[in-house]
Amino acid sequence: MTTVDDVGSATALPEAAIDDETGAPATRVAPVKRAGDGFLGRFLPPAIMFAIFIGVWYLYSTLAFDQAFQRRNALPYPHEVVVDGFLPLWDPRQGTREIMGYMWPTIKVTLLGLGISIVVGVCIAVVMNMSRYFERAIFPYAVVAQTVPVLAITPLLTQVFGDKLGVRLAVVFLIAVFPIITNTLFGLQSTDRLHHDLFTLNKAGRWTRLWKLELPTALPALMTGIRIASGLAVIGAIVADFFFNQGDKGIGFFIRVRQQKAADRPDMLAGTITASLFGVVMFLIVGAITARAIRDWHDSANHG
Amino acid sequence: MSVVDESLDQAARDTTARLRFDGLSMVFPDGTHALEDISFSVAPGEFTTVVGPSGCGKSTLLRIASGLERGYTGGCDVDRDSIGYVFQDATLLPWRTVQRNVELNAELHHVDKDERQRRAAKAIELVNLTGHEDKYPKQLSGGMKMRCSLARSLVLNPGVFLFDEPFGALDEITREFLNNELLRLFALEKFAALFITHSIAEAVFLSTRVLVMSARPGRIIGDYEVPFGAERPHDLRFEPAFAELCGRINDDLKGAHA
Ligand SMILES: Nc1ncnc2c1ncn2[C@@H]1O[C@H](COP(=O)(O)OP(=O)(O)OP(=O)(O)O)[C@@H](O)[C@H]1O
Ligand SMILES: [Mg+2]
Repeated sequence: MTTVDDVGSATALPEAAIDDETGAPATRVAPVKRAGDGFLGRFLPPAIMFAIFIGVWYLYSTLAFDQAFQRRNALPYPHEVVVDGFLPLWDPRQGTREIMGYMWPTIKVTLLGLGISIVVGVCIAVVMNMSRYFERAIFPYAVVAQTVPVLAITPLLTQVFGDKLGVRLAVVFLIAVFPIITNTLFGLQSTDRLHHDLFTLNKAGRWTRLWKLELPTALPALMTGIRIASGLAVIGAIVADFFFNQGDKGIGFFIRVRQQKAADRPDMLAGTITASLFGVVMFLIVGAITARAIRDWHDSANHG
Repeated sequence: MSVVDESLDQAARDTTARLRFDGLSMVFPDGTHALEDISFSVAPGEFTTVVGPSGCGKSTLLRIASGLERGYTGGCDVDRDSIGYVFQDATLLPWRTVQRNVELNAELHHVDKDERQRRAAKAIELVNLTGHEDKYPKQLSGGMKMRCSLARSLVLNPGVFLFDEPFGALDEITREFLNNELLRLFALEKFAALFITHSIAEAVFLSTRVLVMSARPGRIIGDYEVPFGAERPHDLRFEPAFAELCGRINDDLKGAHA
């Protein structure tokens, strides 16, 4: 029992006070344990959804078409997609190897475009954060980049960026940069007023303030922006293939060509499924990286 | 146990550091009349505490003293070369560990790395956070955060030290422990201290002078020299003279609310 008198003469805090304080944070930091966090709870629900999805697919294909060739040319059974679309696995001119050959350019365009969007988007947000006038001047055009039907202005884009890698990156940039800008700007502007005061008291200049205060504050919001942008970048890279014929052709090109012949329907679906899987993988990887970046200090990093 | 060595100390601190208000008034742009005709000064080696009802303008007074708030009328003359400011909240940067948070002020003042790490380590020891250097603020209790914040402002050896209810959120034992640490530090460093608190006992225990402020607009309605010497044993709090002074200040405060 610590009495009041002990404290008066003590040079260190009484043990009880320290223990209380070191004990408490451990429980506070531990992630909230929710029902369904076990292995089964994690993987069973999506597995069941997948089974249902495949089941409905079989059901629809069976009921909608009387004849096998009609079905195969419209919505073939899942196993037909696997056999005719994904197999053989190792022939460079057909099946999975061919699809993967078209995936690499798509992956390249996605990652490069996303990288450019992040760098340029953060810079634009930083400039907008510097003064209200910059913000007012730039914001409408950031919105336009988001809302303009990119596909409608493809001739214009080709005019400026050519019809190879450049224009594909431009398409990805136009649709992926907006969430980077808005999230970063929001993050920069949500810097605590007292933190600003602290830096003012220490006579910190604009760049010190940006680098040591505002950008770290904006980091969690930027990470959210990157997660959103990564999904959009995948879509942008694929869609660009539908409009530009030069340069390295990606999975979008593969899908587009297979759309034109009904007999290629299993190939088309295999390409589409691969492209979607790529989107999922991107989302997971980017999600993991962005969560890792702020894991140590940000509260949200405890969840999910 | 000073934060820096005695020698460095003398060089780093401006011994003329002081703080003076002269007929200071403050009306915010929205018309809130926060302060009215405040006049007093704090010399090095003086520990002045302001007590007053919530919302009477105490924080505003500190913000004006620190240079954060402008738009006042009257005189405000503060040596801001080396100013220490402990905010009402801990205001730690969540992405920095305790060690790096404590280094922050020195870092922003371009103190070189070895030196600021050394000073930070001493300040951390002083507020009893040794062993927690690598923790992030979200892993600290409220009291630990406040001690970290205190350590951060100690690192610069301020000549003028502003405290805005730094211990208000702490439990009684921690608060009294830190009061003693602060007194020891004050005896050693002889800065000019302007301290704000809601606790009359804390005010009397720490200060050489206690000022009582009225409800908004804040005016000085009581001014007490504290007759106790530099040496302040813990059981000073139970002396009749101590209780008597607390009682008088309490009466003033009751009047302030009316
Ligand atoms: N920027 C501002 N604009 C307008 N009014 C303000 C501003 N800052 C503070 N005030 C007002 O000025 C008054 C004094 O505020 P201040 O924070 O100084 O009070 P305080 O004495 O520190 O109170 P507490 O003890 O609760 O911390 C309050 O009525 C507050 O609403
Ligand atoms: Mg206040």
